[in-house]
Amino acid sequence: MNFLLEIGTEEIPHWMIPGALNQLAAMPLFGAAPQVDATPRRLVVRATGLPERTPDEVQVIKGPPVSAGDKAAAGFAKKQGVDLSAMTKVGDYYELRKNVPGRAVRDILAESLPTTILGLQWPKTMYWIGGKTGPRFIRPIRWIVALLDNVIIPFEIAGVKSDNITRGHRILGAPSVPVTFDNYETELRSNFVLLSAEERRGKIRIETAALGAKPDADLLETLTYITEFPAAIKGDFDPAYLELPAEVLTTVMRHHQKYFSVESAPGQLAPHFVAVMNTAGDPEGLVKKGNERVLRARFNDARFFWDVDQQRTLAQRVDDLAKVTFQAKLGSYLEKTKRVVDLVRELGGSEDAQRAALLAKCDLTTEMVKEFTDLQGVVGGLYAKLRNEPKETAQAIYEHYKPVSMEDSIPSTPDGQVVALADKLDTLVQCFRIGLVPTGSKDPFALRRAAQGVVKILVEAKLHYKLDDLVTGDLRGFLLDRIQYYFREVRGFKYDEVNAVLASGCGTLSDVEARLTALAAVRPTENFEPLAASFKRIRNILKQADFEPTQVLDQGLLEDGPEKALHAGFVQVSDAARTSTYQEALARIATLRPPVDTFFDKVLVNAKVERVRDNRLTLLHNLLTEFSTIADFSEIVTSGDQK
Amino acid sequence: MDSFQQTLFKLKRYWDERGAIIQEPYDVEVGAGTMCPETFLRVLGPKPYRVAYVQPSRRPADGRYGENPNRLYKHQQLQVILKPTPDDILDQYLGSLEAIGIDLSKHDIKFEEDNWESPTLGAWGIGWQVMLDGMEITQFTYFQQCGGIDLELVPAEITYGLERLTAFLQGVESVYDIEWTKGVKYSDVRLADELQFSVYNFETANVDRLWRLFAEHEAECKELLAKYEDYPDKKRFPVLPTYDQVLKCSNLFNLLDARGAISVTERVGVIKRVRDLAVGTAKIWVDQQGAG
Repeated sequence: MNFLLEIGTEEIPHWMIPGALNQLAAMPLFGAAPQVDATPRRLVVRATGLPERTPDEVQVIKGPPVSAGDKAAAGFAKKQGVDLSAMTKVGDYYELRKNVPGRAVRDILAESLPTTILGLQWPKTMYWIGGKTGPRFIRPIRWIVALLDNVIIPFEIAGVKSDNITRGHRILGAPSVPVTFDNYETELRSNFVLLSAEERRGKIRIETAALGAKPDADLLETLTYITEFPAAIKGDFDPAYLELPAEVLTTVMRHHQKYFSVESAPGQLAPHFVAVMNTAGDPEGLVKKGNERVLRARFNDARFFWDVDQQRTLAQRVDDLAKVTFQAKLGSYLEKTKRVVDLVRELGGSEDAQRAALLAKCDLTTEMVKEFTDLQGVVGGLYAKLRNEPKETAQAIYEHYKPVSMEDSIPSTPDGQVVALADKLDTLVQCFRIGLVPTGSKDPFALRRAAQGVVKILVEAKLHYKLDDLVTGDLRGFLLDRIQYYFREVRGFKYDEVNAVLASGCGTLSDVEARLTALAAVRPTENFEPLAASFKRIRNILKQADFEPTQVLDQGLLEDGPEKALHAGFVQVSDAARTSTYQEALARIATLRPPVDTFFDKVLVNAKVERVRDNRLTLLHNLLTEFSTIADFSEIVTSGDQK
Repeated sequence: MDSFQQTLFKLKRYWDERGAIIQEPYDVEVGAGTMCPETFLRVLGPKPYRVAYVQPSRRPADGRYGENPNRLYKHQQLQVILKPTPDDILDQYLGSLEAIGIDLSKHDIKFEEDNWESPTLGAWGIGWQVMLDGMEITQFTYFQQCGGIDLELVPAEITYGLERLTAFLQGVESVYDIEWTKGVKYSDVRLADELQFSVYNFETANVDRLWRLFAEHEAECKELLAKYEDYPDKKRFPVLPTYDQVLKCSNLFNLLDARGAISVTERVGVIKRVRDLAVGTAKIWVDQQGAG
């Protein structure tokens, strides 16, 4: 049977829509492969081939043991509402086989849709009728289309009854449009609603490109889910505004107005913008005129802020930071600044870097940043350059919030890297100190992002600081989590490789990276995984024996044959490994597989003579510790583990 | 082209036709129409209410000596409260834009997520900023909580920024060029106001005296709040005057803030002092509404 569900709402925040669609697509209620679509005003599920009824089933209910007697059995039967004769003895127990007839899918849908719909998870919900105990959703539900083979599935949510009536575009469409499963999408189209996000995205992409817009994937995605019928228009602004930094102009256009910018050459802004409307066209040019007017006012503000800000240098603003709160319990940005300057000095940062740390937060007191908060750091860098601070200092200020995401690059200069590192570390250390630790999805101070930034900078700038010299305690554990996440999710290493390398210790992160790279390269070679399995065996043997070596290996106690051969191999490989690269060392260690295998094959570790046994355990212990400095192979998941 | 006041007349008439009480501005200084008792108190409790009023809203820190074409120390809001929210509220709202001469078929209208929160009032809501050709013309909020109390009947609050809206309708670049009425500009009516209050708010207001006034109004408010529990005839209890004291404190806080007199460490504490008064007053108001 054909199924159509449309949840008609008031405008849903664009960034929440894809998540809701993923949830709907994964619901078993809608069959194996439902098609889900959405605009800001509707969430839609369509499915074909739903059965009319669910199949009949036999339910097996285990009863009391036969040994408990007839009375117990009769009691059980009564409780189940059947005659004793309906029970069968299976082995030592009574059993009841109940026939459960299938149900009409229409009934199941009518029954489950209200809770299914209201059960969708949103980042923030509201109530609109019935007070706090009333239904909650992302925005008020105003209509519902629910059809199974074009017959309405009857139910009600928040006073709205399901129907076969949809609504068109707010302004251009009809307010009431009867639909069927087959004509639903075309009816919407003729009422100026493009149901498919892919189609809206394509329309925006093509139209904005035709008007010369610079591609912007995030903006494209936002506009796709903020419109039901997108159309692009081009507007102009006075070239005189091009005197303002491109960063400022772009921020105003992109973040505040959701406009694409236009370039005359790469990196060179042209005095135009491209806006995307939620309507079919602008025949009289009123929308263009309106948007130009708004942009002019915004640019005027920006110019005003720029001029006012020039009255005082960043250096003159340092003391004003006492009035800017960093965090209620952690005091002001002035206090933070002093700590970060000290930390940059401790980390060996240059004079320019220390100067950058001192001035980095001063732009928080500028009119420009108060208005355009996204430009923090950037504005400081621009002002520093304008006032002839050292070039390196200006660049470090400009980039010290980087990386703002996993995709973002780290600061491009050593000075920027050390300032960014110190700033983030200070935030983490201070917040952890007063117990502001992220829990679950709650992370109001974006500490995960700060930690991720620390990891990314340490690795990608190949900085020489050791993790344990930077952090301790809970924060160390928190950073380790982010280190694992980074190498797994961002760099694509396998989780057991990451575990194996970190189990051997975590010095500098560039060393962790080098060891991981070597491990991943050697892992596919023939001998590696079997050797890893043997190492796991060694670890278990040592653990079971609860063995700690008390003396050095006595070579005189080694037996001729496999045991001496293993020892010889061990000595040879460990000598060679000391002077080779990680990858060469791992490759050499892997050559130990035959002597290790033969050893386990032929030699009884648990020798009768205690001295011999302990000596063998010492050999294995040495082998394990000596060759676990790059990675703890016993952490590698081998085919043997998966059985 | 309609003048500023003609646009106002039309909006008021529009909401009059939809059953709203048309109130006059509240006569105590407020930072936003939301703070007037017609909103802050009336949204509480189970009684339906519809009201619309213009509220001159004072934001001392936003003053620009009359030099910035778009920023004002005091701007006029048209505040509409519909409690409970009618199902077709957004259509009604769009109708109000048509009523003041905006042909929506020729413009681009978008509802963009914008949730509202006021820490000093213990209030928050969910909603949008309404964008007309890229310009924010209205804040639309479904109140969820006010004075720390969950709302029984969720109201819709529609706040029109009148200067912006009329500057758009009249096609002028500066709010001071808006035609207030024939032959009279916005600047003729309000420029001196903007200049002089900017001077006072930023330069000459006596900080020590403002703090003393704050303390006096806070004390008056607390004293009143403390009397309610044992007050014999609840209906006679002056909760509305109590709320005026909250508003006085809130405005003094804004003045002190504009004067740069509130330090980082003090700020959170002062906000909490005002919120405690607002929350206490809201509780009493709800209780009094329920009293026999």
